[in-house]
Amino acid sequence: MIDLGKYAADVVLAYCISLGLILGLIGLSIYRAKRMKADLAAAEARIEARQNNGT
Amino acid sequence: MSLWEYANPRKFMALSGKLLPWTAVGAALLCCVGLIWGFFFTPDDFRMGSTVKIIYIHVPSAMMAINVWVMMLVTSLIWLIRRHHVSALAAKAAAPIGMVMTLVALATGAIWGNPMWGTYWAWDPRLTSFLILFLFYLGYMALWEAVEDKDTAADLTSVMCLVGSVFALLSRYATRFWNQGLHQGTSVPVATGERTVDDVFFIPLAISMVGFAVLFVALVLLRTRTEVRARRLAVLNARERMSA
Amino acid sequence: MKALLLRDLRLAIRAGGGFGLGLAFFLILATLIPFGVGPQPDVLASIAPGVLWVGALLSCLLSLERIFALDFEDGALDLMASSPLPLEGIVAVKSLAHWLTTGLPLVVAAPLLGLMLNLPSQSYGWLLMSLLIGTPALSVIGAFGAAITVGLKRGGLLISLLVLPLYVPTLIFGADVVRRAGQGLDASVPAFMLAGLTLGAVAIMPFASAAALRAGLKGS
Repeated sequence: MIDLGKYAADVVLAYCISLGLILGLIGLSIYRAKRMKADLAAAEARIEARQNNGT
Repeated sequence: MSLWEYANPRKFMALSGKLLPWTAVGAALLCCVGLIWGFFFTPDDFRMGSTVKIIYIHVPSAMMAINVWVMMLVTSLIWLIRRHHVSALAAKAAAPIGMVMTLVALATGAIWGNPMWGTYWAWDPRLTSFLILFLFYLGYMALWEAVEDKDTAADLTSVMCLVGSVFALLSRYATRFWNQGLHQGTSVPVATGERTVDDVFFIPLAISMVGFAVLFVALVLLRTRTEVRARRLAVLNARERMSA
Repeated sequence: MKALLLRDLRLAIRAGGGFGLGLAFFLILATLIPFGVGPQPDVLASIAPGVLWVGALLSCLLSLERIFALDFEDGALDLMASSPLPLEGIVAVKSLAHWLTTGLPLVVAAPLLGLMLNLPSQSYGWLLMSLLIGTPALSVIGAFGAAITVGLKRGGLLISLLVLPLYVPTLIFGADVVRRAGQGLDASVPAFMLAGLTLGAVAIMPFASAAALRAGLKGS
């Protein structure tokens, strides 16, 4: 492990907060993308099924 | 073949679907290389000690905080002039990213400021204009949430973005007039081509700056795709309700 | 246009909304500040310019929503939008009416509150002038906020989030005029900046507000 000197806490804290925020944003984006994709697929399947029944 | 073809949602989805994995991998690679290099393999600054390592997050995020707003300004203009839905949705998708980048820049700046200037927060022009930029992001996002009709929301937020840009610039110069700052000048002046940082620090910094930019592209593609899908879902649901 | 101005003025005074309320708020704010920071005259004197300007800003904010909301609810705004008058002109007139009923009374009341806050005597002229040239900007920028949030359900909360950041440059220059005057420095530079800001806002904001109104009316 490298020696960060007397400012170690500050540097590590800065990296942790930043990475936390950015990873949180990435995670949230991916989660929403996945969910939206599933929702849309479900809706499209539903509509397709209804159309097939109708004809 | 023109750029405007990708304003068609279907074409946009096809292209962005192809681009997304590449940009995501590229962003991950560049950010990892830049940040790990910066964190583990750079010397300490003789004056600032190890706090100089914060620069590898602070400068890229600050750069992106401003550039994301510029991107929103451009896409808002495209929406207002050419009425391409994807453009408005891209602006909507970008705003939270810009807000997080502003927050990261503010947080790292505060943590860096404490050992260097002896205070977490100073009413320095740069810090203050970033805080104002953060407020603009908040207002912009709140406006998107508040308007129910989607096209109206796109119109209103676009106008807000234009006016906000003018006033963000004004605030920037007003705060500079108002208080002389502690913050040093820019480390990477693009216009003059000179730089005030040594190569040892600059190369990993440049890598993580590019990394953050690519990360933004990847995120904006992903989020815009989500928004396009959400719009399509809303249309499908509305149609279903109409026919039922 | 003159008829519209007179109508708006009459409505504002009769409904008792913007006219008295903003002033009363301004007074209450100036009364509360000494309770918050303590009664030392020198402390009050040093913060008085900022308090007066922030007070003017907030009391201006109170009545913004009424610029368009009432006319929107009873449909008058739709009529105005389809009248031969350009929407930009209507927005400008309504901003002027707002300034006459909110900004101008604030300007008149400010020296009195300055007295309560122990404002240095050489600042009064500059205080009056900075408010006189600065508050029109508050009204036109505020009208833009009101135009954007017209017809929204939670418009009242949103308007402050949208408008207050836009007030930052005006506040900085306005308060700086009074502060510099209090310290015996030359206050003309920020005063000119403030005047430029107001003129720019008056010239541009009605167009932005009209664009926002058109979008809002179309969507509702």
